[in-house]
Parts: sequence; structure tokens; C-alpha cells
Amino acid sequence: MDSTFIKISDIEIENSNVKTFYFDYELKSKPGQFIMLWIPGTDQKPFSVSFDNGQKFGLTIFKRGPATNKLFKMKIGDRVGINGPYGTNFTINPNLHYIMVAGGYGAAPLKFLTQTINGAAIDFIAGGRTKDNLLFEEELTKIPNLNLHITTDDGSKGYKGFVTDVLVELLAKIDPAQKDKTLVVTCGPELMQKKVLDICNEHNINCEVSIERYMKCGMGICGQCVIDDLGICMCKDGPVVNQKLANQIFEFGKYHRDKSGVIVHSQ
Amino acid sequence: MLETIFLNKQFSNPIVLASGILGVTGASLNNVIKNGAGGVTVKSVSKEPRLGHPNPTMAGYEHFFINAVGLSNPGIENAILELKKFKELSNAPLIGSIFAGTPEEFGWLAEKICEAPIDFLEIDISCPNVSREFGDPFAYSVPAVEKITKAVKEKSTVPISVKLSPNAWNIDIIAKAAESSGADAITAVNTISGMTIDVRARRPVLHNKQGGVSGPALFPIALKCVYDIYRAVKIPIIGTGGVTTGENALAMIMAGATLVGVGSAVYFRGVEVFKHITEEMTKIMEEEGIKNLNEIRGCVHL
Repeated sequence: MDSTFIKISDIEIENSNVKTFYFDYELKSKPGQFIMLWIPGTDQKPFSVSFDNGQKFGLTIFKRGPATNKLFKMKIGDRVGINGPYGTNFTINPNLHYIMVAGGYGAAPLKFLTQTINGAAIDFIAGGRTKDNLLFEEELTKIPNLNLHITTDDGSKGYKGFVTDVLVELLAKIDPAQKDKTLVVTCGPELMQKKVLDICNEHNINCEVSIERYMKCGMGICGQCVIDDLGICMCKDGPVVNQKLANQIFEFGKYHRDKSGVIVHSQ
Repeated sequence: MLETIFLNKQFSNPIVLASGILGVTGASLNNVIKNGAGGVTVKSVSKEPRLGHPNPTMAGYEHFFINAVGLSNPGIENAILELKKFKELSNAPLIGSIFAGTPEEFGWLAEKICEAPIDFLEIDISCPNVSREFGDPFAYSVPAVEKITKAVKEKSTVPISVKLSPNAWNIDIIAKAAESSGADAITAVNTISGMTIDVRARRPVLHNKQGGVSGPALFPIALKCVYDIYRAVKIPIIGTGGVTTGENALAMIMAGATLVGVGSAVYFRGVEVFKHITEEMTKIMEEEGIKNLNEIRGCVHL
């Protein structure tokens, strides 16, 4: 592993707790994949890629702990360590009709996906607890053939309710002959994703889910992100899994393990 | 052809998952069996849950791997549930592993972990990455090894294997001390102490600064340790350290190992490495007319 210690080339403020950091670096990542970001002396954490045009990539990051606090104090020209990209990606097929279901900051990899499937018909359902949890509205409206559906739990913007309400409505409108040309992709809180998976199962619609588990190495070695009962690592066989695999993950929507490996039940 | 008997227990092949790789969960250990291992060793477990060191805790290079995970684990109570789960999923041999800061705590943990359906118990006294917390590894000191081995042997209801450090210059003497204190086997070796530096960042790569080196670079060092220990003791050896190929595994057995631990090879060849190694062993044995592993065990000492 050679040093990949690179400069922040640009910083975009998304909201008071979220920034996108850009790097002029050929990462060659695909939507859904992640990198390990090293903040020297503090920590190294996994982050999904929210932008990659071949010459430049971006990470949209929520300030929540010591590493991200330190990162938020960094300026253009400051350097961080990058390893990756790691993991699986969402299917890229411009001939499909995509329904993207994003919960809060789970919108990051899905926004990246919208920029790689040129011309595909996209319904993008962006949900948040309040309007402050919504990301990328302006960018998403610029994507051709994209219908943006905004939901908030408190009704502060768009439809008052859940992303899954909109998903059910959209699925009801799909011509049965077009079902196999439709792909639902989702990223966000696990209980929301579980509901999306259940709805897709009921409607017999193909879907892909991004599974978040505590990841330490990103290389399938440490065993921190293995799932019950399959015993496979989500950093390697995930984070994006297809419907069949998602349905086999016993713990999905029920529990995960923390940094020490202790089971934490979903809420 | 690869069937191996280790301390009266039948293994379908001698390749076992080394402690520390792929964690603690029953499902993960079972996945290693599904990928061809003859047995598994759980990541070392402590009395209480531990978070381990901050990241970076591991890094992979062309010829070696380095880690300073800091013994993160969910604690003995949670680990027992995982070990029970493993035996629900698989009937392959299971090696428990414990670490502690004192002989008394080692004894307590040994008694406790025997509530789980383990077949053997490995004592981790050689982790190079927690010396700020626990002092130098016990595996560097004959009196410490004797004390801990006796404390564990007294409480354990299953055979015990003491895991030694390649940093001990007198590993054969340490092994002999473990044997005379009641060890049923020796696991040789743990990682060797080392470090890497990120030149552009001008600081060590690992958050812990130093770590344990494993992978192909460790192999010849581990092989010599096994060779030396085989001459010094009568108890069986689990030869571990940098084994990445079937050829490496056969060399370990020729040096005197009964079982062969495989860990960092998962980084170099994926979790499928267990199947690859056993297939490579079989191929070489067929080519060389070796009918079973007893035929070649320790053969280089003749």
C-alpha cells in the first residue's frame, strides 16, 4: 500500500452539519463504493463516494465525531489519507427505470449514481425528518429525466410522510410489462431500507440495498462487518447487495454489532 | 490424505483459521469452514468488551501485513454466545482464545470460556500491540509463561495451547517452560513487532505507531521457530505465521507442525484461501507420492 496522502481541492458546504470535500484524484470508483479516509492522529473511517467524474471525486460528510470534527476544521490544500475504493456498487444500466429511495444523508451515493446513468428515467425519492436533512436538491433537479419527490416526516418540505408512501404510489403506477425494467435502489436508515425491501418483495420488483455495518479494515480481514448467518463481510460482499442476498441477511432490520462486536438492536 | 489427528481430535485437514482474522462471530467462523478450513480459532477474548485502538489498525503491503487492532472483542459473555452459535452451524473443531493482564484473570477466563463448546483453548500471551496497557508480552519471560500456563491448565476443561512470540529470542526454551507447566500444545507464532511510515504524511501508518507483522515476510521466521520448538518439546505444534500457499503449509509440517494456522493469507488470496491451500497441498503430495501427513511431519529433522 503506497501513500495516498492527498490535498483537499475544494469544499462545498451542504448545510450546517454536512460538507462535500473534493479531491483532484483518479479514484475510479463506482456509485455505492466507499473509501477509508484517514485523518492523521485521529482516526480512519469509511465514507461512501458522492461524486466521481474520473479526474475528481467527492465525499459528502456529516459532522458527528472526532474524525469528522477535525476534518471540518480543514481547509483547501490540507491533506488526508485515502484508501480504496472498496466494496460493491449499484447496477449501472441506462436502459432501466430507476426508483431511488434516499433517507437523509443516504442520498450521497444515490446522487453519484444519477450522474453515471446518463439518460435513464429516474424517480428520486428524497426523505428527511425535516427539510434540513435533505441534500442535493439543486443538483438533482439538473439531472435530465429525473423526477424529484421530496418527503419530510414533519411536513416542513414536500410531502408530509415517509419515502415508502411515495414508493408504494410509484410502484402501483408501473405497467406490469415494465416491471423487469424497473430497479429500486436505496440508501438510508436501516429500518427504512428494510421497509423498502419488504415493499419490493411484495410488488415483485427488483431492488438493491446499501447495507451499513461497522467497518474497520475495508478489506475483508477483521471480521467486524460480518453479517448473520451468512458470515460474509459487508465491506467486500457489500455494501450494495441485491434483493436475493438482502433477503438472506437474517440480522437486517433487526440488529448490528458495534465497534467491540456487541450486538445492538435496531430502533 | 490431509486428515489430521491433533490431541485425539480428528481434523478433515490441518489448516485452521488463526486467531484474530475474521473476528468472533459464529457465522463468520462458519463461513471460514465453508471455505475449506479444517478448524477455526476465535479472535482473542477478554473479560470485558474492548473497543481496540483507533484506526488505522491494519495495512496491507506486497509482502506483508501489519496490524495493531488492540484486541477489540465483545467480551467473554457475548463471545460464549457466538461460540455456541458456531457449533450450531458447524461440527468442525473450534479453538477458543483468551487474553488477560494477570495470571489470575487468565485462570478466571479459562474457566469461563469452557462454558462454551470449545475443543481446545489457546492462550494469547504474545500480542505485540498492547504493551502500553499490559507491559511487555508475557511470552518473553519464562516465569510469566510458567505462571500463566499453570493458572489456565488448572481451570481449563479442554486441552490448552500456548501462543508464543517470534520476538522471544529463546522461543524453544519458552516452549519447553510451557510444556513443563502443563501446556498440551504450542501455537507458534504470533505476529512479529514492526512498523511502517507514511512518507508523505511523515508519521507512522498505524494509529498505535507500532504493530504486528504477518504475511509472507513472517513465514521464514515462523518456520524456524517451529523447527526449533519441535526439537525442544514433545507436545504438538500449531505452526502459524505467513502461511499463504500449500507449499508453505507442507513446509510447516516438515518443520514439525501438526496443525497449520492461516490468517493474513485471507488478505492476499481472499477467504477462499483455505480451499486453495488444501488443493495445493494435495497436488504436491500426489506429485511427490506422499500418502499422508504423518509421513512427512518433522522429516527435516532426520
